[in-house]
Amino acid sequence: MDWEELRRSRATRSDGDVMLEVRQLTRFVADKPIVENVSFAVRRGETLALVGPSGAGKSSLLRMLNRLDEPSSGTVLLEGVDYTTLSPRDLRRRVGMVMQQAYLFPGTVAENVAFGPASRGESVSAERVRELLERVNLAGYEQRDIGRLSGGEAQRVSLARTLMNDPHVLLLDEPTSALDEDTRFGVEELIQEIARERNLTSILVTHDMDQAARMATRVAVLEAGTLRQIGPAEEVLKTRDA
Amino acid sequence: MMHNLIAMLLSPKVFTGLTQVGVASLLVLATVMISYWGRVAIGKETAVSMVRGFVQIVIVGIVLIVIMDTTIFLGYVALAFMIVFAAVLSKRRAQGLPHATRISLTAIGVGSGVTVLIMIFTGVIAPNISTMIPVGSMIIAAAMRTNSLTLNRFRAEIEAHVGQIEAGLALGAPPSTVVQPYVRNTVQAGIIPAVDTLRSLGIVFIPGLASGMLLAGANPIYAAEYQFAAIAMLFAASTLTSLIAGLMLRGTIFSPAEQLVLRP
Ligand SMILES: Nc1ncnc2c1ncn2[C@@H]1O[C@H](COP(=O)(O)OP(=O)(O)O)[C@@H](O)[C@H]1O
Ligand SMILES: [Mg+2]
Repeated sequence: MDWEELRRSRATRSDGDVMLEVRQLTRFVADKPIVENVSFAVRRGETLALVGPSGAGKSSLLRMLNRLDEPSSGTVLLEGVDYTTLSPRDLRRRVGMVMQQAYLFPGTVAENVAFGPASRGESVSAERVRELLERVNLAGYEQRDIGRLSGGEAQRVSLARTLMNDPHVLLLDEPTSALDEDTRFGVEELIQEIARERNLTSILVTHDMDQAARMATRVAVLEAGTLRQIGPAEEVLKTRDA
Repeated sequence: MMHNLIAMLLSPKVFTGLTQVGVASLLVLATVMISYWGRVAIGKETAVSMVRGFVQIVIVGIVLIVIMDTTIFLGYVALAFMIVFAAVLSKRRAQGLPHATRISLTAIGVGSGVTVLIMIFTGVIAPNISTMIPVGSMIIAAAMRTNSLTLNRFRAEIEAHVGQIEAGLALGAPPSTVVQPYVRNTVQAGIIPAVDTLRSLGIVFIPGLASGMLLAGANPIYAAEYQFAAIAMLFAASTLTSLIAGLMLRGTIFSPAEQLVLRP
């Protein structure tokens, strides 16, 4: 091992507290950069809010973090390991995602909650499904058809489905913005509580500055694909208000 | 033979036929006008297809007469040519699906090819050009229709379920599992015409083969049996084509890193 390699391995190891590190992530679509040279790190258990105008590239950035989209250049380190060395399935099991829409699969609530592990041929106990449904305040919903869920219920099933994989990182792409006023706050609180209980590292895309202030410890501002600002929530949100 | 051909082209029957073509074309013209009136523009494509279809069938008729009495090898060549042509026509329905030509050629070629060969080797189709070309072309046409439907439906199914597919991938599910319901819908849609043909056989639809045999004075029960065998083979060819196309398409829409690469 030469000196350069040693230094690099030390550097990653000494950041023991860093869960996810984004390194110069760039993505071009049709020769147009939609995310450009974005770097930041997120500590274990932290919630980072990603804000910015519509079309700034927030979703595009988030989708690279679980490799739903391929970066044109740059990479992501998950607990110090380059994520391209993991299989996509393993990566996505560890880095869960909740989208704006629930996108449930036709069938029952229980089938949806069990889907991740079941699709990989892992056994899923009914007990585990029951516990998760209880945790998202949907006790007894196992056999309910997904066509008979309200928007808030569907989004909570989607959350339970993601949690079934026991992820370490949670990517949240405007998880409450499709919900109506009454259910929005409940889902937000639920996500916040569960993230705290499980010491999850979260990245929350939101256009709601109040939500960012309530949920995030730090805030990053993305504009036209580039990172304009990142820092403690109060500081960043104060300068954005001014 | 040349003399025969010329006599045939100049026979009064050919002119009677032209009147029939004219009447049929007027009918198509009327439907095109109706479509304009209903603001569903199918006019140009229909007109082009009609002229083209007429020219093609006349040329093929002439080619058939020419090769009719030659070696059976030319029959296989003609069928292979039809398969390639069917694939090229059919893949236009793909509208940018990756590898559409390769998939269409494989699906139509294997689907109809395997079926026709089995029919020839089991003696259901007599190994002579005047039998294998009409029956073979009927099966290739069915495979083509199935392939076009399959390509078209696949694209629609995927585009309508991008959210569910990516939600599945984001849960760490294998791509093949995630698209399984949509591939199933696609294959089922692809064989609808073949299923309908089987269902309506004899009631709505008395196919050309049986009509021809009846006109030629064959035993009607035998004509019916033979026709059933041919339609069953047609069904088999359709199912095989749709399955092959569906499974091959499934493999083309994901990157090696298990990302959905097909976007609306
Ligand atoms: N697959 C794609 N093809 C073409 N353009 C895309 C694609 N995905 C995103 N974009 C473009 O990238 C930009 C960023 O989009 P997005 O990440 O959805 O922004 P945000 O989530 O911040 O609203 C937009 O201009 C969008 O049109
Ligand atoms: Mg977005």
